[in-house]
Amino acid sequence: MPLPVGKSLRQTFGEAVAELANEDPRILMLDGDLGSSTRADLFEKAHPDRYLPMGIAEQNMLGVAAGLATMGFIPFISTFVVFAVARALDQVRVLVAQPGLPVKITAGYSGLLTGMAGKTHQSVDDIAIMRTLPHMTVFSPADEIETRGVLRAAVEIDGPVYVRLARDPGPVLFDASYRFDAGRAVVVREGRDVTLIGTGVQTGRVVEAAELLAAEGIEAHVLHVPTIKPLDAAAIVAAAERTGLVVTVEEHSVFAGLGGAVAEVLGERRPLPVRRLGLQDVYGESGPNEALLEKYGLSARRVAEAVRAFLRERADDGGGGE
Amino acid sequence: MQPSLASGATPAAAEELAALREFARRIRVETIRAVMHAKGGHVGGPLSAADLLAALYSRVLRIRPAEPGWPERDRFILSKGHSSIALYAAMALRGFFPIAELATFDAIDSRLQGHPDMTRLPGLDMSTGSLGMGLSAGVGMAIGAKRLGRDLRVFVLLGDGECQEGEVWEAAFIAERYRLDNLVAVIDFNKLQQYGWPGGEPGVRLPPWRAEELAEKWRAFGWALAEIDGHEMAEIVGALERLPFEAGRPSAIVAHTVKGRGVSFMEGRFTWHTRVPTTEEFAAAMAELGEPA
Repeated sequence: MPLPVGKSLRQTFGEAVAELANEDPRILMLDGDLGSSTRADLFEKAHPDRYLPMGIAEQNMLGVAAGLATMGFIPFISTFVVFAVARALDQVRVLVAQPGLPVKITAGYSGLLTGMAGKTHQSVDDIAIMRTLPHMTVFSPADEIETRGVLRAAVEIDGPVYVRLARDPGPVLFDASYRFDAGRAVVVREGRDVTLIGTGVQTGRVVEAAELLAAEGIEAHVLHVPTIKPLDAAAIVAAAERTGLVVTVEEHSVFAGLGGAVAEVLGERRPLPVRRLGLQDVYGESGPNEALLEKYGLSARRVAEAVRAFLRERADDGGGGE
Repeated sequence: MQPSLASGATPAAAEELAALREFARRIRVETIRAVMHAKGGHVGGPLSAADLLAALYSRVLRIRPAEPGWPERDRFILSKGHSSIALYAAMALRGFFPIAELATFDAIDSRLQGHPDMTRLPGLDMSTGSLGMGLSAGVGMAIGAKRLGRDLRVFVLLGDGECQEGEVWEAAFIAERYRLDNLVAVIDFNKLQQYGWPGGEPGVRLPPWRAEELAEKWRAFGWALAEIDGHEMAEIVGALERLPFEAGRPSAIVAHTVKGRGVSFMEGRFTWHTRVPTTEEFAAAMAELGEPA
């Protein structure tokens, strides 16, 4: 059963950073000429003198942010994920990550759902890239409440932070009582048959998949990982041990993203089978959100279908796991 | 609000210029010594930049070697980070750290990395090494200084080959937009890049840009410009002490230099971009620089 749909994370982003800037005069917003898309325009409305347009020149924008950080500012970068992480990667690496400067790379339009823009604007490798950079903290929040907590944590961390934001409204996972704890994964559903691990807005669709499975008597344990780095290895091991079969689900390549990170942890600490759902070594394409999720196996229906198949395979293998 | 030095400075006297030339000579000596000792490193670019660095570190930059983090200091970024050894020599000669530490250049655990690392060596205002990035960071510092109301200048030293990186021109565009007259780009126009361009005589490489081309480009991007002989100390100091060239505009100094300057057999030879001298070459270089080997 679908969860209620919340506010878009891009709108939350613009509002929340503007509110944080009320409290902290060090915060500036650098915009790569996409303010009306990423909603950095909401920050501009609130703090016109602290909004710095940087034109269509992302590599320079990252460098300017690094320079500002050395002068005691906390610059937020706003552009699409692909332009911050892929186009300006060497600047992120040399000017931000290596010196450990407190630049906040808050990039929108992550994953497949980029307003039908297609493969050039879809980011299916950013988690993989950013989590390999020493000094970098990587957040991937699920909904409005969590995004607000993530952005506050980003300000509090004295170092570089990457925040992976979605463009469109997604399922609401948390209510106002939720307190985001940087570095901690969250169990959002208890179960004993299979462990599902999600990140970002995809976790909402994983919970919906768990509801579909529950209707057939399959009880999924669902772990949400909003902090990709540093990874909450203990929570992943504990969640895996609950059921003995782990399925990771991400709006990202199955290589070196959440699934890769989970497999690394379990391979070293508690070898258990891991199945990875996400983009299977392919790029995306243009299309409406529901059609993209369906085609690339990330809708609740397709996730539930895949989990059923994994459970059947395990049963055919003679029980597997424990 | 203009940086005050330009208006208040008196022209450097002859003995001051002589002292700056001696500072530059010692940068060259220490550079070649360190590369010889480390058995690796860049030579041509550090030698072409030695006079520029001498003027900056010995006279122009408002810095406190005993207090490298002084918030009001002028900022300096070596965007052509592969010339790091010349910068380290200048910093050591100015008193940021002992000259003997230059012997650790490129060694494991050294503060003197192959390319400048601000996390290791106090006094470095930015880490660099991947070309084309320094000016962007300088733009950020210059914007930051203006926002904080600090009367400091930001100097960025770039290579001519480096100016082929697109990011340089992204930064040049934004600097003009933000009217950053506290920002100075110094271009070490030594006419050679690492491997360069074939098409000339056998064994000779063509320069990265035509002689007049770099100045045209900086001017076209809205920068106020001075073109100088980058080995003529009076010209270097003269330009650096009348900044900004124009209120409301960033300043560019295109310094015409010679790669490998100061050692005859290294001058103008692209093969000396990176090369360790032989024992004989080292002795000859020291002799030419008037230094006991």
